[in-house]
Amino acid sequence: MQAHARLGFILLLTPLLLWLSLLIIIPHIDMALLSLRERVGVAQYETSPANYLTFFGEPLYLRTFMRTAVMSILATAITLLIAFPVSFYIAKIARGRVQSALFLLCLVPFWVSELVRTFGWMILLRETGVISSLLQYLGIASGPVEMLYNDAAMMVGLVYTSMLFMVVPLVTTLQSLDDAVIEAGYDLGGSGPSVLREIIIPHATPGIVAGSIVVFMLSLGNYLTPTMLGGKDSLWFTQLIYSQFIVRFNWELGAAFGFMLLILSSVIVWAMLRLTGQTLEKTMG
Amino acid sequence: MKPLNTLKLTASALALCVAGLAQSASAETLRLLTWGGYAPEDVIAAFEAETGHKVEVTLSNNEEMIAKLRATGGGGFDLAQPSQDRITGPQEEFGIYKPMDLSKIDESQFIASMLAATKANTTVGGEVYGVPHVWGTSGLVVDTAKAGSVKDYTDLCSADVAGKVSYRLKRPTLIGFAFAMGMDPFAAYGDEAAYSEIMAKVEAKLKECKPNVKTYWSGGDELMNLVRSGEVVASMAWDTGGWKLNSDNPDITFVAPASGALGWIDTFVLPAKGQADQAAYDWINYVMRPDVAAKITESAGNFTASKGADEYASAELKAQYQASFPPEAVDNIKWYPPVPAGLEAIEGGVLDRVQAH
Repeated sequence: MQAHARLGFILLLTPLLLWLSLLIIIPHIDMALLSLRERVGVAQYETSPANYLTFFGEPLYLRTFMRTAVMSILATAITLLIAFPVSFYIAKIARGRVQSALFLLCLVPFWVSELVRTFGWMILLRETGVISSLLQYLGIASGPVEMLYNDAAMMVGLVYTSMLFMVVPLVTTLQSLDDAVIEAGYDLGGSGPSVLREIIIPHATPGIVAGSIVVFMLSLGNYLTPTMLGGKDSLWFTQLIYSQFIVRFNWELGAAFGFMLLILSSVIVWAMLRLTGQTLEKTMG
Repeated sequence: MKPLNTLKLTASALALCVAGLAQSASAETLRLLTWGGYAPEDVIAAFEAETGHKVEVTLSNNEEMIAKLRATGGGGFDLAQPSQDRITGPQEEFGIYKPMDLSKIDESQFIASMLAATKANTTVGGEVYGVPHVWGTSGLVVDTAKAGSVKDYTDLCSADVAGKVSYRLKRPTLIGFAFAMGMDPFAAYGDEAAYSEIMAKVEAKLKECKPNVKTYWSGGDELMNLVRSGEVVASMAWDTGGWKLNSDNPDITFVAPASGALGWIDTFVLPAKGQADQAAYDWINYVMRPDVAAKITESAGNFTASKGADEYASAELKAQYQASFPPEAVDNIKWYPPVPAGLEAIEGGVLDRVQAH
């Protein structure tokens, strides 16, 4: 009987272990070793921290690194600001079929690929695009208006791409909040803002944190949106990694960049959890 | 290093099993790593009917081809088509190709001078690694009605086309600007210090030029859209892109820059772990036939190294070619010499700094 249970446990654990070791742990060990190699001549390599020194010695890489982090945090904050009222409406105010329909509407854009969605924004924002033509037709703008290829366009794309991943956890946590608790808040003399601050937000915190982590990670690791919408001024850290690996054949530096990105995202998520007084267990549990 | 070796062994054993399974199912499959337009459907169908081999095509570009082959140590494909200047460097560095058996290739089908030049440029350790296939140039695509003043790469930075130009942030741009600024980057290939100096000057120019640029294009279709919509009136581009646009709008055409168009030759090479060499040689001999080569010219837009194929080319393409390339412009083409390993790192730093400027 016990042997059976043991076997079952091992069998159940195997896929997880295979997944973790083959797809996550082994590639990362290989990446770590790669990042500590330095090319000293044609097909000759030595172990050294040179790649990390290059990273810290070149202001461009550090600046891009910080820029990516700050922009991702900003994108997360904007996503939260937009998604919160939307989620509250879906979870608490809309009823029955309207509720499902609204939720579905949030999902619909995700039925097409990210590439198509991003290209949609390009069609809207470009100089000969829909919005520019409309402005000229209405007489608001005298000539073509270029709205593409800047940080604002990139931000719009990032927020749009990750909206769903904020709405879903928020709706779930808000639905678990009993309406009676909100009513009690008002009965006890609370105003709109104080009910929001004292009751709704504390209850929704696990959802907010979970959504923020996902959105932040997605933005930080996004490659397509900064490349297509950001244009000539947007250097995203993932683009640096891509170009080191693919364009420059410099896998060693690319691997070092990859590790720096991993460390950055871990540190920021950890700091966010500490700041909000949440733990990973509470958020995910 | 011991545990890693075991890991690597296990991983390669696994990979081998998977590869073996895939292989035994279709022994005569030619896995071709090439550019868009180089293996048109009708040519593949005729080749399959004639030889019984099957062809699987993967589309890519120079950098990705080398990155893909490097990732597998030269496996996964049986025939690849990088440019001739990207063969010796990666071969010395990563050993991803294997030598050609020239006795299996019908050399009489090639334009002799081009074959000889490619052989010389792709020789490592006395062995020839590549034979030529498609060649062309990169230069400028200009809307002559709106940007007639653009005659050379550096004219893209002039005030009268501000905000309406585009180029790629890749090595051809660096090389092109260096020539237009009166320097010779190819002569400095062997001297990293001199090359860095040239690149530093190009970097300063490109930073200064940046406000003029609408966006840096990265794909051919993206550029086509930008020029067709009129958002861009002058750009660095390949000759075929210009001729395609010329067919839609006679004002737009390819212009060979005053400092010389940059000439490239895409080759055939055998990846180190290719498994269908015979099919690869059959494919090379088949597509170099003049009538077949003409079909490839039709679909790719560029001429091939096949002798006599230009007789089959369409009159329109011939006319466009002659308009863009008067005889003196042909003589002025700067052919890419082989890139020594390590130069990419210098160029990479320049390109990153320009983008971040």
